[in-house]
Amino acid sequence: MTKVTMTVNGKAVSKEVSGNTLMTEFLRDELRLTGTHVGCDTSQCGACVIHVNGQGIKACSMFAVEASGADVTTIEGMANADGSLSVLQQAFQDHHGLQCGFCTPGMVMTAAKLLEENPAPTEHEVRDYLEGNICRCTGYHNIVKAIMAASGQDVSGIAAE
Amino acid sequence: MPKDHGIGAPQKRREDVRFLTGTGKYTDDINVYGQTYCVFVRSDVAHGRIISIDTAEAEAMPGVVRIFTGKDFEDVGGVPCGWLVTDRNGEPMKEPRHPVLAQGKVRHVGDPYAAVVADTLQEARDAAEAIVADIEELDAAVNMKAALEPGAPRVHDDLSDNLCYDWLFGSDQDAIDKAFSEAAHVTTLELVNNRLVANPMEPRVALGEYARANDESTLYTTSQNPHVIRLLMGAFVLGIPEHKLRVVAPDVGGGFGTKIFHYAEEAFVTFASRKINRPVKWTSTRSEAFMSDAHGRDHVSKIELALDGDNNFIGLRTDTYANMGAYLSTFASCTPTWLHGTLMAGNYKTPAVQVNVKAVFTNTVPVDAYRGAGRPEATYQLERVVDKAARELGVDPIALRRQNFITEFPYATPVAVEYDTGDYGATMDKLEEMIDRPGFAARREESKARGMLRGLGVNCYIEACGIAPSNLVGQLGARAGLYDAATVRVNATGSISVMVGAHSHGQGHETAFPQVVAEMLGIDESMIDIVHGDTSRIPFGMGTYGSRSLAVCGSAMVRATEKIINKAKKIAGHLLEASDADIELKDGQFTVAGTDKSVAWGDVTLAAYVPHNYPLEDIEPGLEETAFYDPSNFTYPSGAYACEVELDPETGRVTIERFAAADDFGNVINPMIVTGQVHGGIAQGVGQALMESCIYDEDGQLISASYMDYAMPRAEDMPFFQVDHSCVTPCTHNPLGVKGCGEAGAIGSPPAVVNAVLDALNSGGHSVDHIDMPVSPHRVWQAMQG
Repeated sequence: MTKVTMTVNGKAVSKEVSGNTLMTEFLRDELRLTGTHVGCDTSQCGACVIHVNGQGIKACSMFAVEASGADVTTIEGMANADGSLSVLQQAFQDHHGLQCGFCTPGMVMTAAKLLEENPAPTEHEVRDYLEGNICRCTGYHNIVKAIMAASGQDVSGIAAE
Repeated sequence: MPKDHGIGAPQKRREDVRFLTGTGKYTDDINVYGQTYCVFVRSDVAHGRIISIDTAEAEAMPGVVRIFTGKDFEDVGGVPCGWLVTDRNGEPMKEPRHPVLAQGKVRHVGDPYAAVVADTLQEARDAAEAIVADIEELDAAVNMKAALEPGAPRVHDDLSDNLCYDWLFGSDQDAIDKAFSEAAHVTTLELVNNRLVANPMEPRVALGEYARANDESTLYTTSQNPHVIRLLMGAFVLGIPEHKLRVVAPDVGGGFGTKIFHYAEEAFVTFASRKINRPVKWTSTRSEAFMSDAHGRDHVSKIELALDGDNNFIGLRTDTYANMGAYLSTFASCTPTWLHGTLMAGNYKTPAVQVNVKAVFTNTVPVDAYRGAGRPEATYQLERVVDKAARELGVDPIALRRQNFITEFPYATPVAVEYDTGDYGATMDKLEEMIDRPGFAARREESKARGMLRGLGVNCYIEACGIAPSNLVGQLGARAGLYDAATVRVNATGSISVMVGAHSHGQGHETAFPQVVAEMLGIDESMIDIVHGDTSRIPFGMGTYGSRSLAVCGSAMVRATEKIINKAKKIAGHLLEASDADIELKDGQFTVAGTDKSVAWGDVTLAAYVPHNYPLEDIEPGLEETAFYDPSNFTYPSGAYACEVELDPETGRVTIERFAAADDFGNVINPMIVTGQVHGGIAQGVGQALMESCIYDEDGQLISASYMDYAMPRAEDMPFFQVDHSCVTPCTHNPLGVKGCGEAGAIGSPPAVVNAVLDALNSGGHSVDHIDMPVSPHRVWQAMQG
C-alpha cells in the first residue's frame, strides 16, 4: 500500500492505496465521487474523463499513485461556487445534450478542455475533439450544439429542433 | 408561440441537473454494508461438455467467501422466456432450460459456469483465475441455415434439432399463390439484418441484499422494468413471493431493449446473498457485456413483392431465419414473430401478405429485442424490396410508394393488426420539402464535378407501439398482461407524487409526465414529482420498452388524475356548498359554474387531509388514486425518412450529407425530448447501416467483443439531423392521443441509408442491386468491382 495525497476539486485528500488501484477506482470507491463513470475496459468510451493538472485524462488509464501530488478536477467540481450550473453544464441542459446521463460527465469534462483550447470551435472541430467519447443516446446532435452554444456561438440555424 | 408549460412545451429536463453534476445514482454507485463482490467464470468456447470444475485451490484463496457452480442451481428454476410462440402446426415452440450457471454443457462464449464471491473484487478476480475447468470442446452450431441441416451439432441435447419454431402467418396460401401467379412483375431480394449489440453506455450491474431478520431480499439492478424482474425471478427462478422481494432500478444509463430482460446474473446475486447472508455485487465489464447482454437483430431473409401491370402491390411473402442464440431470452421468441410479422404490410395496401419465420438455436449469445425489435427488420426488408422494384420497373421510388399507400383508416392489414389512423402522404410531403428534392440534381452534379457519387435514399415506416391489449397478447402467447399502472398521491399542501410503472433511463419521464398532470390540474409542474424504478414505492408496472411509456403508463396516469379531479370536485362542492356537478376546475381553482365562488387547489387538498369541514359520511378522507390502463389497440407511429450520401468511388467510403425524418407521433407532450429520441434512434440506425456488426467466426468465437472491434458511432460519424413531427394524426384510442417516439429513428433509418448508397452507385453506372449492412467501404468497393 502506498499513501497518495492530491487535491481533488479543491480539497486535499490523502489515502492508502495499492499500486494497481486505478484512478477510477480511487475516485469512485475511496472518495465516493461516483460521477466519474466506467463504461468500458479498453479506454475507448470516455465516460471517465477527468482533469489532472489541467489535462483531460481518461481516469481508467491512470493509476491513483500516478496522480500523487496532482490537482484533480472531476465532474463534481465543475459547477459554479454557488452550486449553480456552469455555462457549459447549463448549455447541455438548455440544448438537451444528454439523455441517460451516463456518458455526460466525460462529455462535459472533454468539452471543457476543448473550449479552453479553442474558444469558438466549428462543428467539425467539436466532433473531432469528441473522438474519444461515446454517447449511445443522443446521436451527438445536441451535444455538438450544446458545446457550440456554450462557446457563445449562435446555434439557432442548426437543423430543426 | 410554443407553449411555456404543460402539454406541448419544450421543458428543459429536471433530471439533467443531477446528471450534469455527477450526482446521479446509478446501480454501481450503490454500495451496502458488508458487501461482497462476484466474478463470473465464463466459457471461452462456443460449445463444450463440462467434465469437471475444480474449485479447491480457489476456495482456499484469501477473501473467498464461496464459490458456486451449476450444481448449486439444480433445485431452482431456469431463466424463463416470457412468450410462448406456437408453430405452423399448432405445436408449442421448443423451450430449453436456461440454468443460472451452466449445467452439463456450456453453450456460448460467455456462458457462465462458475462464480466466485469474495470480500473484494480483486480477491474474486484472483480466485476466478484459479478455478480449473475441464471442458471438452464440441463442434458449434453458428450459421443458422447450417444449424438446421441434419447432423448439425445440437445446442441442446434434449431437443431433436436446433429449430425453435417454424411460424407461418398472414394471408392463406391460396391468396398468396394467386397474387404471385397473376403478377406482372415480381421483385425478389435476399438480405441480412446484421447482428448488433445494444451497448447502453452503462454496463449491467446487479446487487443482491438479504435481510434474514424478515426474510426479505432486495435486488438493485440496471433494469427497464423492475416489476417484471421481480415477477420472473421471484416466481419462476428462485421461488420468492413478491412481498419478500424488492427490486430497485435507480438511474439507469440507457437500455435500448437489452435491459428489459431478466438475466442470470440478477438471479445469481439474489440467490448467493441469501446463501451467504451478505450482500453480493456484480458489475459487468464491457467485455462481459458483449458476451452476456442479449444481442439484437440477426435475421436472414428472402422477400418477394408481386406487382400488377399498373405497379400496384398485390402480394408479399417473406421467409426469415431468426437467430435465438443458445437460450431463449425473455422476449426472444416474440420479436421475430409478433413484433415483426405483424408489421410486414408496412404503409401499403398489399392485399395478400404472408410471413414465415424459422427461429434457430445457435451457440451464440441469446438474441432478443433491441430498439425497434422486429419492426426494423420488417421495415428494412419491405423498404429495400420496394426500392429495388422501383429500379427494376424504372419508376420513381417515391411515386411507387405513394401509389400504394394506405389512405383510409381504420385499416385492417392481412397480418392481423388494425391501423387506427395515419397520413402517410403528409409525412412524405413534409419529407420532400425538408430534403429539397428539386435541388438534388444540382447537388449530384456538384458532387460529380469533384469525382464523387451522390445518392438519395427514401423510405417509409410504420411501427406498432404501446404494447398492448392484454387479452390480445394473451391469445398470441404472452405470459403476462401488458397494461401499466400509476398512483397519483396528492399531499395535504397540494404537492403531488406520481408513482409510475414506466421506467425512465434517458427518456425524461421526470420532466414530461408532470407536464401532463400539471395541464390537467392547472397547477405548476414544480409541485409534481415522478417516482419510478422501485417495486416498494410504485403500485405495479410493466415497464418501459416498445415506445410504450406515455401511451400506456401515461394513460394510466391520466385516468388516475381524472379520479383525483372527480374526488376533489366533490370536496370543493362541499366547501362551496354546491353540487359537485357544477364545479369547474381551471388554473388550479375550483369554481361554481357561473359564479365567482371558488376555492383553490390547496384548500381542497388540505381539506382532504384535515377533514374538519368535510363530507365524511359520503367520501373518505385523503386524496390518492390508482389506475391500471390496458390499451384497446397498439399505436401506429409512422413516417418518411431520407438520407443523402456522398460516395467516394476511389475508396468506397460513404459520407452522410443530409438526413431528414418526418414522423407522425400523434400528439407530443415535450417536443424537445421527442426530437432527442429521434436523433438517438437515427444514430443507432445509421450505425447499423454503415458501421456496426457483431461477428462470430465459424467456431463460434466472438470476434467483436470490445470497443476496439465493434464500431460504435462516434461524433464524427454523424451529421446534424433534420427532424420534424408536425404531421399529427392523434391516436384514436388513448386519452392523450399519443403514439410513442422512442424507436422510430432506429426503425426508419437503415433502409434510407442503404437505398441512398445504391442510388449513388447506380448513378455512377454501377449496376448494384444490394449490399448487406454494414455498408462498409470494403463492401461498397467490392460491389463496385462487380
